[in-house]
Amino acid sequence: MADDVNNVSGKKTTGLWIFFGVAMLVAILLAVFISPWASSSPDGLEKVAEDKGFMEAAEDTEPTWTHSPIPDYGDAVGTKAAVGLSGFIGVLLTGALAAGVALLALGLGHMNKRRAAEPGN
Amino acid sequence: MHIPDGFLDPKTWGTLTGVSAGFTGYALYAAKSKLNEKVIPLLGITAAFIFAAQMLNFPVAGGTSGHFLGAILAMVLLGAWPGFLVMVVVLMVQCLFFADGGLTALGANIFTMAVIGGLMSYYLLMLSKGALGRSLSERTSLLTCTAVFSWISVVLASIACSFELAISGTVPLGTVLPAMVGVHAIIGVGEAIITTVVIAVVLQSRPDLVDAYSGPPELGKRVAREVA
Repeated sequence: MADDVNNVSGKKTTGLWIFFGVAMLVAILLAVFISPWASSSPDGLEKVAEDKGFMEAAEDTEPTWTHSPIPDYGDAVGTKAAVGLSGFIGVLLTGALAAGVALLALGLGHMNKRRAAEPGN
Repeated sequence: MHIPDGFLDPKTWGTLTGVSAGFTGYALYAAKSKLNEKVIPLLGITAAFIFAAQMLNFPVAGGTSGHFLGAILAMVLLGAWPGFLVMVVVLMVQCLFFADGGLTALGANIFTMAVIGGLMSYYLLMLSKGALGRSLSERTSLLTCTAVFSWISVVLASIACSFELAISGTVPLGTVLPAMVGVHAIIGVGEAIITTVVIAVVLQSRPDLVDAYSGPPELGKRVAREVA
């Protein structure tokens, strides 16, 4: 219990928006400046597919969705800047969409509450 | 572990598309109890962080790389259903904008990484935390279970992925299962380290933002004041 008590004992915690800002900055820095240097080796599933001889199943299949604006995170362009930029776009896009989906879920919740509050329900 | 088009047969990806659509629809309703105007930025930031961290492939043995999954991180921070929605958004963006994971396999990828590697692993984590919490502090039991079950989540996801491939007739189960579990048992160590460090940092600076942490009530009240 000792560490729980430590948390209570009034150590100043980070302000909410400072915390959000720092967290978002970390995400952007990782995506822009670290991801271009990430390992380009096949991942676990790709490696198993190569070793066990079923990679062709994917290579011989036409992708069903061909409208991805930035396939393979800018790897095709071949520059570190392209990967960093695609990381930047991806982070902002993912964050905005997730917040949007949360707003949608919240909206659905409010609608439900309102419906439940109506007389006769 | 993003399955591309062509690895799964129509009955498998069709079924899993339906299953994942069902989970996502339910999550949109179930998440609302955890959501308020102040949690929404946290949800966006968590999704952004997971997207970024998933780009960071780290080398593991024998010319293979692994990357972060993040389902346990999202659910421990936000609760099961908001965390599930975060994973769905990340996987959809990766599929539609970055051609990572096939569109036919999107439902299967959601099932693998957000249902099995996410919800199932998260509920196992919470059960264990409850048991462990009787003898350890809330903080210690949460961090211990986060480490153990973020590793388990990656291994369980690799098992699910193996079954999907085998049921599709792509590769025999006896061939794919040991290989997938073997490599993901290593990748899972990276998952456990990243998840535990991030949760520990958030617990240190803003324990009230960790949904799975039912620590000192004073901190919960602090946030309620800030929101109001």
